[in-house]
Amino acid sequence: MLRIDDLSFNYGAVCILAEIEASVMRGQILSVVGPNGTGKTTLIKSIARIVRPSGGTIRIDGTDTSRMTHKELARRVAYVPQHAPDTFPMTVFDTVLMGRRPHVSWRPSDQDLYLIVEIIREMNLEAVAMRTMDQLSGGQVQKVLLARAMVQEPDYLLLDEPTSSLDLYHQLEVLEIIAALIKNKKMGAVIAMHDLDLAARFSDTVIMIKDGKVFGTGTPAELISPENIRAVYGVEAAVDRANGYLHVQPLRCTGERAFSNEQRLQ
Amino acid sequence: MNRQYPEPLYRRYKADNRAKTILMFSLILLACIVAATDLAVGASDIGPWQAFVALFKDSGRIHDIVWMLRLPRVVLAALAALAALAALAALAALVGFGLGLAGAVFQAILRNPLASPFTLGIGSGAGFGAVSMIIFFGGFNTYLVAGGAFVFALLSALLILGIARLKNASSETMILAGIAQMFLFSSLTSLLQYMGTMEQVHEIVFWFFGSLSKAGWPEICLAAVMILIPVPILLYRSWDFNLLAAGDESAKALGINVERLRITALLAASLMTAGCICFTGVISFVGLVAPHITRMVIGGDYRFLLPVSGFLGAVLLIAADTLGRTVWAPQVLPIGIVTSIIGVPFFFYLLLKKSREYW
Repeated sequence: MLRIDDLSFNYGAVCILAEIEASVMRGQILSVVGPNGTGKTTLIKSIARIVRPSGGTIRIDGTDTSRMTHKELARRVAYVPQHAPDTFPMTVFDTVLMGRRPHVSWRPSDQDLYLIVEIIREMNLEAVAMRTMDQLSGGQVQKVLLARAMVQEPDYLLLDEPTSSLDLYHQLEVLEIIAALIKNKKMGAVIAMHDLDLAARFSDTVIMIKDGKVFGTGTPAELISPENIRAVYGVEAAVDRANGYLHVQPLRCTGERAFSNEQRLQ
Repeated sequence: MNRQYPEPLYRRYKADNRAKTILMFSLILLACIVAATDLAVGASDIGPWQAFVALFKDSGRIHDIVWMLRLPRVVLAALAALAALAALAALAALVGFGLGLAGAVFQAILRNPLASPFTLGIGSGAGFGAVSMIIFFGGFNTYLVAGGAFVFALLSALLILGIARLKNASSETMILAGIAQMFLFSSLTSLLQYMGTMEQVHEIVFWFFGSLSKAGWPEICLAAVMILIPVPILLYRSWDFNLLAAGDESAKALGINVERLRITALLAASLMTAGCICFTGVISFVGLVAPHITRMVIGGDYRFLLPVSGFLGAVLLIAADTLGRTVWAPQVLPIGIVTSIIGVPFFFYLLLKKSREYW
């Protein structure tokens, strides 16, 4: 189990995250939702220790991650960024190969390469494997980044808004791949999400963040309600169920908008 | 995992890597050939060498006299001339290798196609160091000038590092700081030139041309130490430079200590640059262009890019040395001028030929 206790993150004197409590089991998806600039990305990055939290603990199966080296942590937790940088793009194969770094001290072995080939095939990326990343579509890039995380063979996946720049088809495809991985490989996942419909559809647990604090935690059906959406997003919305899925229909802004962290920093 | 290996994709990847390795060894071979040509071209101009050849031509009694009386002196002179040429070629190879590899490292750690020892101001720092020695200490002593260049090259690298540490700077900030620093050192250098005597200015201008002829074997050995010691460290971390290309955040999440890697690599590459510049002056272009040409040909995998870029730099610089000594013979053109005049149009050609923004 990945467990977050009393996590806080301060940027100078400004508090970005405070008193965050959350946990996710293997084989489950935890979605982090909330308005822009509310600390979702910071939470994901704190777990991956890309940024250092100011307080609190993160434990993986009982072990405090702050006691692990970066490399040890990278074997347990894989982080999938939103984008790949466009300067000096690598080939898809070399990008996926990077995922073996935490397991290999200097150069990858043939066994490592077999694993790369296997996962590139699973992700249906064989045709583009020798192309550079800048020649791919947004959906393909996201799949390559996901493949790199798979090659890391982690226990937990951390995804920062994996669908934010994708079209309808690829949003669904990427999330279905993630859901299948979580189920088949018994990994846990923490996903920062914007789309409440998709969050409701794919998560086991949802955590709603407002102004850097947990507003509520629960199953999608418990948490995604008109009252909570109004309180957190400042939006009047109707929530109904169609074709077996929860559906949020935003109606109008209430004008009571919470301050984002960016605004609070100024 | 019970499929048959090797698979097509696996085989293709292996074949790609084999091709890159073959290219690398071809470049080493090419460097040797170019160096041999360099020696042959240079040697053919030398009197003692012709005398040496004449020794083996049968020319009657004179031949015998030459054999008996002049042989030792002629052989010694010829050997000395050859050694001087070999020194030039060795220095060209070393400096080309160092600049090519260091340039690739700067581009890797700053993730910026503009990055090179010179756009970071390290070259200008070295130039200022050399010039201040010439002005203030009447430094026509090579070691003094080289020492000044070395100290200021490292100082400017440390300044960039300091800014990066204090402000947790992005690679863009570091490049900006480098370019600002370049202007600062250029202005200071101009100021010193303005203050200097005619003789000093002449010396300064000659230093800035970039020339291989300032160094003898002791200097070359010292340069070799500075250029070659960081190489194993950089090659050992070459896979990590790939991860850096995926972005700082991804690299951190993959277990890399990004700050430490960047500082180690910056210091190592600065030491190499200082070793290249201090005895030769400003030979700027190779450090920027060798990594780009290499990237166009073999792609961005730093495990190959670093060594290949080094060897390509060596080939380019030895070739430039040969050209510089033959094009306008018996005048010798400074190598720094040759590399830029030949290199820039070639680089423009490559830029235009490629359709993509990066390669």
